[in-house]
Amino acid sequence: MALNPEYAGRVYGPGEPYEVSRVKIADFADAIGEPSQLCRDREAAVKAGYPDVIAPPTFAVIIDQRSTKAAVTDPGLGLDYSMVVHGEQSFSYSRPLHAGDVVVATTTIESIRTLGALSMLVTSTSIDTVDGEHICTATSNLVERGA
Amino acid sequence: MNATYDSIDKGTELPPRTYRITRLDLVKYAGASGDFNIIHWNERVARSVGLPNVIAHGMYTMAQVGKFVAEWAGGDPGAVTDFGVRFSAMVPVPDDDEGATIEVSGKILEKLPDNKVTVDVVAKAGGAKVLTRARATVRLP
Repeated sequence: MALNPEYAGRVYGPGEPYEVSRVKIADFADAIGEPSQLCRDREAAVKAGYPDVIAPPTFAVIIDQRSTKAAVTDPGLGLDYSMVVHGEQSFSYSRPLHAGDVVVATTTIESIRTLGALSMLVTSTSIDTVDGEHICTATSNLVERGA
Repeated sequence: MNATYDSIDKGTELPPRTYRITRLDLVKYAGASGDFNIIHWNERVARSVGLPNVIAHGMYTMAQVGKFVAEWAGGDPGAVTDFGVRFSAMVPVPDDDEGATIEVSGKILEKLPDNKVTVDVVAKAGGAKVLTRARATVRLP
């Protein structure tokens, strides 16, 4: 099923604030095998110039995917999520996420393209503190394989 | 390794690394990331939708590359400021003790101001490139 091209430009969010915690960062670092103490030891992080333990760069995908869900499950868009593969992902940081950050995410549908049986959806999610400081923009390219 | 901005140049290669991915890693990643897509942990369902086996989360592979770049750049994950990949092939992860292996290599694409460099990364599994256009901008000591 082709995606509804009129949904390009739509904006979703900001959703509920997300609080970045030390435990979640440590769990994520453990899961990916990230060895840095900067993700686990507050003193080490402070010594390196950060306010608290920092998240690895792909941690933001947790916040990105929570926010993007509002777009990809919008019935009017017509995306069959069971046919979706992740095509591309990128992150552009103004500064690392750290424990204690309370952030909100806003997702924009940047483009919708259909090429034969494939549809491509590009979203960008801005992750900012509740005080309006930009932290990261995450861009995803999802590909829907036609049935 | 101790790469420093002054010690490297355009074309300098990063020492290659290999990372092993087992089923347990995928279960842990699913829990930590919240991505419970069934194709990443249920072989019966993965095969029923035409996949060769359970496949690794693309974001898990991307995370390995992030680690590869950050470790080379002095071990600070916060030094990676821009990071993007294209997922070009799946990484099937068999249900055994060996799992899958990804081979990661990289070289300096560009030297930027402020002690930053752009690294072009190649990640392969089973001879196939699993990521293309994998680039990270990282700040070096």
